[in-house]
Amino acid sequence: MKAKHTTTVQSCQRLAEGVYDLRLVYETDPGEVLPGQFVGVYSKDSARRLPRPISIAGYDPKGKVLRLVFRVVGAGTEEFSHLKAGDQVDVLGILGNRYDLPALSGKKVLLLGGGIGAPPMLCLAKALHSLPGTEVTAVLGYRTNDLFLADEFEEVSKVVIATDDGTAGFHGNVVEAVRAQNLPADVICACGPLPMLRGVKALAEERRVPCFLSLEERMACGVGACLGCVTKTTKVDAHSHVKNARICTEGPVFNAEDVEI
Amino acid sequence: MENTNTKVDLSVNIAGVTFQNPVMTASGTFGSGMEYSDFVDLNRLGAVVTKGVSNVPWEGNPTPRVTEVTGGMLNAIGLQNPGVEVFVERDLKFLENYKTRVIVNVCGHTEDEYLAVVERLQDEKRVDMLEINVSCPNVKQGAMAFGVDPKALYDITRKIRAVAKQPVIMKLTPNVTSIRETAKAAEDGGADAVSLINTITGMKIDVERQKFVLANKTGGMSGPAIHPVAVRMVYEAAQTVQIPIIGMGGISTWQDAVEMMLAGASAIAVGAENFHNPNATMEVLSGIEDYARRHHVAHISDIVGAVHQ
Repeated sequence: MKAKHTTTVQSCQRLAEGVYDLRLVYETDPGEVLPGQFVGVYSKDSARRLPRPISIAGYDPKGKVLRLVFRVVGAGTEEFSHLKAGDQVDVLGILGNRYDLPALSGKKVLLLGGGIGAPPMLCLAKALHSLPGTEVTAVLGYRTNDLFLADEFEEVSKVVIATDDGTAGFHGNVVEAVRAQNLPADVICACGPLPMLRGVKALAEERRVPCFLSLEERMACGVGACLGCVTKTTKVDAHSHVKNARICTEGPVFNAEDVEI
Repeated sequence: MENTNTKVDLSVNIAGVTFQNPVMTASGTFGSGMEYSDFVDLNRLGAVVTKGVSNVPWEGNPTPRVTEVTGGMLNAIGLQNPGVEVFVERDLKFLENYKTRVIVNVCGHTEDEYLAVVERLQDEKRVDMLEINVSCPNVKQGAMAFGVDPKALYDITRKIRAVAKQPVIMKLTPNVTSIRETAKAAEDGGADAVSLINTITGMKIDVERQKFVLANKTGGMSGPAIHPVAVRMVYEAAQTVQIPIIGMGGISTWQDAVEMMLAGASAIAVGAENFHNPNATMEVLSGIEDYARRHHVAHISDIVGAVHQ
């Protein structure tokens, strides 16, 4: 059941330039939390009305601690970056669908995370790590050698680094890195900027492997009512009855074959 | 000492339809209630006003469709909807499980398209009223074009009134020079009620990219920042027409709702605030009830238009 929860900040730490690691403790159980899902985080400023959709980087059900790793992109996320332990934050959700873990189990899974697309892939990498026979390789793309979260990926998967400026790992983007190193995959999962996801979709089509993408879009309600955050779909969507699906509800995780991006 | 146990009659009557309380949802912000039923007991709403429905499915606009602005938001959804057949089969069926009133918002590009939906809904028992959307600023053809021209508004109101079996609410746009003129045109055309305001046309430009934020360039502004504009327009419409008014525009608190009723609205709708607070309708409702008790108002309808005296 979706709800607006009050949470308490456990910590908020800077991980890299403009990237923060926020831990929020729920008072009441938010229910099951699975890789791919997101929450809407509310600002305390009454002039900022809409919840900010932020993907889930991790969740500890014992302490009810939600982990969000986000980049400062505007006034709302700037505000969140200054949160201190003990502050109260209103959070909408858990929202959205999730990665189909049984479908990934026992496979060679390639996880592609571009920039701030890496955090939800970490949540997925950790979940896949516990599934027997599942081989996970994470390909992480960064602008520079400010390699946030890479060390945590290394604990649960093989890691390939790609940087835009060539200061660490492969000089280029994640898709180029996969091609250059001919990394094997039975299935690909990816989150990152739209141009990257287009490249990933093309890569999966060439290799004829299943591919799942975490999409993002400007959102308002976050719960499927306003139809603000749609993506174009290849077939008529079962809910909308047009070729548009709600990223907040039918997504954010889509089979790459089903979306036109 | 105030007697806090006094029973307040929260019911309101609009064009012969009784609503258990004056709190409704603004069209387009609440789907058909399904998406908010985790947050709100729909049985407690005065009415669910559904998202606009057209005769055939509409794709809506490209994205980005929404963006935040100070004290509100802009949207240019473009009335994406699955069309009236799916709406009847799925959304109306869903609403059969609830005792709230149902107001169906109707949209179209042409008079014939509006009339097709109105005809299709004629015998649907779950439809208590129709709200005709002649005020959406995000559709290139139709919609607001009917709402800004008093003559066109009068004509379409007459035609719809002749076909509709349910009472007809004309939803008015604030993007006009005189809301008095358009409210009067709707009344003269036979509207049973008017609702106002729809969103105010706005624009946001990304200064770093030097591009429009919304794919549609313009969008309709909603949220608390537009509330004073809505109150003023409800007040002016109430001075001008005899038919009931449903007031909306930036209502985020019970105070905003009461203000709107004092200005002349018989009922009110909560819109974009649902995105900020999914429980907003229920908080507004209990606030209105407390207000009535504190002010010794036996019937909430007694405060409607109180500032006009």
